[in-house]
Amino acid sequence: MSLENNTSLIDEEIIRKDESKGLHNLIYVKDLSLWHGKQQTLKNVELNIRDKGITVLLGPSGCGKTTLLKTFNRLTDLDPDIKTTGSIFFEDKDILTKNIDVYALRQKMGLLSQRPHPLPGTISDNIRYALKLKGIKSKVEQDDRIEYYIKKVALWDEVKDRLKYSANSLSIGQQQRLCLARGLAIEPRVILADEPTSALDPISSRKIEEQFQELSKEFAIVLVTHILRQAKRLADYTAFMYYGEVVEKGKPSDLFENPKTEIFKDYLQVGH
Amino acid sequence: MNSRKYLVEKIVKIILLIFTIFIVFVLLSIFYGIFKKGLPALNWEIISQVPKGGYYFGKEGGILNAIVGSLYLAIGASLIALVISIPAAFFIHTYLFSYPKWQKRVRLWLDVLWGIPPIVYGAFAFNFMLFMGWPSSLLAAMITVALLISPVMIRSMDESLQHNSKGLFESALSLGFFKGEIGFKFLFKQSLPGITTAFLLALGKGLGDTASVLFTAGFTDYIPESITEPAATLPLAIFFQLSSPIPEVKERAYAAAIVLTIIILVISILSRVLSKRFSKNRIK
Ligand SMILES: Nc1ncnc2c1ncn2[C@@H]1O[C@H](COP(=O)(O)OP(=O)(O)OP(=O)(O)O)[C@@H](O)[C@H]1O
Ligand SMILES: [Mg+2]
Repeated sequence: MSLENNTSLIDEEIIRKDESKGLHNLIYVKDLSLWHGKQQTLKNVELNIRDKGITVLLGPSGCGKTTLLKTFNRLTDLDPDIKTTGSIFFEDKDILTKNIDVYALRQKMGLLSQRPHPLPGTISDNIRYALKLKGIKSKVEQDDRIEYYIKKVALWDEVKDRLKYSANSLSIGQQQRLCLARGLAIEPRVILADEPTSALDPISSRKIEEQFQELSKEFAIVLVTHILRQAKRLADYTAFMYYGEVVEKGKPSDLFENPKTEIFKDYLQVGH
Repeated sequence: MNSRKYLVEKIVKIILLIFTIFIVFVLLSIFYGIFKKGLPALNWEIISQVPKGGYYFGKEGGILNAIVGSLYLAIGASLIALVISIPAAFFIHTYLFSYPKWQKRVRLWLDVLWGIPPIVYGAFAFNFMLFMGWPSSLLAAMITVALLISPVMIRSMDESLQHNSKGLFESALSLGFFKGEIGFKFLFKQSLPGITTAFLLALGKGLGDTASVLFTAGFTDYIPESITEPAATLPLAIFFQLSSPIPEVKERAYAAAIVLTIIILVISILSRVLSKRFSKNRIK
């Protein structure tokens, strides 16, 4: 199914080509197709994700954005009906091959889902789980880092007096930021964010957006959004998907000013 | 237009009220009957002594053997059932996660199992014991009752996990946890209220079920000193005394029924309180 042979060789080739253009890519999606049973959800996707900055995925509902994100961290494994062909190169390996350590992969590809899902336990527990998973055993160090990560997502002032409360007691917007903090505590390389602000009020959305802009200096971020303004504010790179295909991709300045396809033109028009 | 709605609303309300009152009335009259007949015979002696010779003919002694026997049985059976049920419930929500069809099938089987009458479990266990040459014992009864209550225990934990478990599961996987870890770390916390209710439900069943212990536990006038000995149980004690023609003995049956009812009442209240306490960290 996947290209198990010579994976790193192909990788190096692409990297050399990219670097001669002055680009630094972290993820290379090569000819990726995905089927849910008989229905094809992703069609020959070709996409490179830069190693820093925000790559925004746009596209109408049902075009396969969430599916693509889930392929990146192999949550697609959960569905036995899903079949994939093609490859995704990340850190010298094709992550779609069988012999990959999915648990390590998922820690490198932090996924922030559309609805926040705190884990059962207190606010600080939620970060502590991640820290323990990273092998940090000292309670003092854990507490230090809990504070560090909660501050990093601009949540500290709101929760510092109730760290021992259930994570459930937070508002949805606060939960979303807590989940982001938890994801950061895993020390990922890539942040996959699936409509992270769709359930939030404008002020919380703005806070998350600011976080992303800050984080994009260190991390590769793949952001799915339906909000065009948000895409324009945040995108360093953009890809537009339609029925499982990446129809257009590139710098947002080019893309938004001169859409090449009719579909994307329409999409932009309606979005305004 | 609207006055019609109000009228219908009123009628529905009255109908619901009538049914509610009916159920409460039935419950209260059962209580009344038990207490009226049993209270005169209920005294310290009956709950603090084992039957002396001639107890079943109205002479002195008590039902301590049955109270202790039933408690041992119920607690033992519930613990065994818990050990079976927790991994089973987690299995349904972790490793079977990708196979919704199998989840459905397993749930159906469990529901069917729960529908099998206790006497069938009792007869099956008894046959098995005969075959192996094992005498009636507390352990045999514990295992039988544990098997009897496991299906409903699993289902009750399963139900408490239904809500939100997909998102929880996926987000924990995204952090790099593996499936078993998620079960025992997070689903456990998430289903703690469910586990508590299930455990106490099982206790109640273990205390109250007659048919499954009829052949498996046996009956004795002594307090069992090990799980290999036979044990008396409250429902059987009630049954034996009720079938006696002697009025004093019949009265004592009702006294035993009061004891059983009170124990079950206490357990039900406890289950409410505990399950509320354990829901504190639950993600809704
Ligand atoms: N488990 C599944 N089984 C079958 N088809 C599925 C499954 N999950 C998703 N699909 C299909 O795959 C396609 C892409 O879905 P996906 O969730 O990736 O879309 P999306 O771009 O994220 O949409 P949205 O913007 O609404 O979130 C849809 O047509 C959907 O019906
Ligand atoms: Mg989606």
